[in-house]
Amino acid sequence: MNFKLKIWRQADPKSKGKFATYEARNISPDTSFLEMLDMVNDELTERGEAPIAFDSDCREGICGTCALTINGQAHGPKHPAAVCQLYMRSFDDGKTITVEPFRAKPFPLVRDLVIDRSALDRIVQAGGFIAARAGSAPEANSIPVPKHNADLAMEAAACIGCGACAAACPNASAMLFTAAKVSHLAFLPQGAPERTSRVTKMVRQMDAEGFGNCTNTYECEAVCPAEISASFIAKLNREYARAILQRSVGE
Amino acid sequence: MTAFSAFYRSSIGKKMIVALTGVILMLFVIGHLLGNLQIFLGPRWVNDYAQHLRDLGPLLWAVRITLLIAVFLHIYFTVSLALDNRRARPQRYQKRDYIKASYASRHMVVSGLVVLAFIVFHLLHFTGRKFNARFPMLKNDPLNHYDVYSMMVYGFQDVYVSAFYIIGLFLLTLHLTHGASSFFQSLGLNDKKLTPQLAFAARVFAWLLFVGYAAIPVAVLLGFIQPAQQL
Repeated sequence: MNFKLKIWRQADPKSKGKFATYEARNISPDTSFLEMLDMVNDELTERGEAPIAFDSDCREGICGTCALTINGQAHGPKHPAAVCQLYMRSFDDGKTITVEPFRAKPFPLVRDLVIDRSALDRIVQAGGFIAARAGSAPEANSIPVPKHNADLAMEAAACIGCGACAAACPNASAMLFTAAKVSHLAFLPQGAPERTSRVTKMVRQMDAEGFGNCTNTYECEAVCPAEISASFIAKLNREYARAILQRSVGE
Repeated sequence: MTAFSAFYRSSIGKKMIVALTGVILMLFVIGHLLGNLQIFLGPRWVNDYAQHLRDLGPLLWAVRITLLIAVFLHIYFTVSLALDNRRARPQRYQKRDYIKASYASRHMVVSGLVVLAFIVFHLLHFTGRKFNARFPMLKNDPLNHYDVYSMMVYGFQDVYVSAFYIIGLFLLTLHLTHGASSFFQSLGLNDKKLTPQLAFAARVFAWLLFVGYAAIPVAVLLGFIQPAQQL
């Protein structure tokens, strides 16, 4: 297969970026998108040009490192999948493919397609954990967890923190990410003692990072590689209202 | 910072205020339609109904002020949220492809502002009794009530006015196809199963409102409803 690539090139955060056009020739349909970019980069290196900078790590959809907006969709046209799980057979032969970085103010661009997503880490650092050392895993049934809650906690915990939700959101809101991180602990007894402070701190951090606000368009859940449902945002809203009420009564 | 000020400054708090004020405004829109549909029952009904409303006196003003505050808060917090959202993506995508985000959900500010312009016109038109040479000439009905019925008919006989009403209503419908289900999510009254059901119900609700409201100017323009007094 052959493709024409329109790729965002930007030398550093300060300089002005623009699209550059490249040809990808003789690509097997079973090549992953990242492997295709590797091949283009090999050619660029041979010609003495700077290779396209992009992030990737595990290349099996677990780490959430590869973050690209392909043809206007976070992680490309196949969902649910991270860019590393996207294969060239998903594209029509001979077509032009546009590749941009995830765009959001809290994700400052580092170079080309590489962005800095530490804003998401800071949201987790604000309260997305259990402060007490709990030791090693206890006997499985020593803390009873209702099946329904366990299922929902597992679903929320599937978030790999790739940031596609914020990238795809028309408002660059990281609400789905924060919702998943708040929910997976809120559904479990281990998360109960810090339930109130966790949600207030994490929402405060999310707002401070400069993410936009959720307008319930549900674009986030459509691109999420871990299929996190936007109903967790309703859960986050519930948790937040509960925390505010509790704090108002307490004060 | 108290819990309350933290609330109305946070992204989620602002959303919830927009949702709650939206619910108040939606309740008004339902009530207003039910009142207006009495035009199909004849002049007695509408004119009596309008007189009853005016007889409420201070209570009517309490409702009007509540609605005015709801409108103000709804717009104030939406604009504040929209400005945040604009700042959150200074560098736009060159190519953008939406999968799930509906047209209505992405244009709430625009549809809302057109509806606001419509509300201002509507209040001047029928509450202020402007834009129509016949309104000051209307005599009271046999029960000595203001003849709202004839006022509505003469008002809607103007094709341009009716067209603007229908456009305003269409934008309101667009606004509500998203808003009427979105508030459940904002207030946390939603789960995975309910989301598609609520989205469907909201669309049906919004279009029913459209049909109900638009039926009045359309019936007047088609001549099904004639004024109770000739001028």
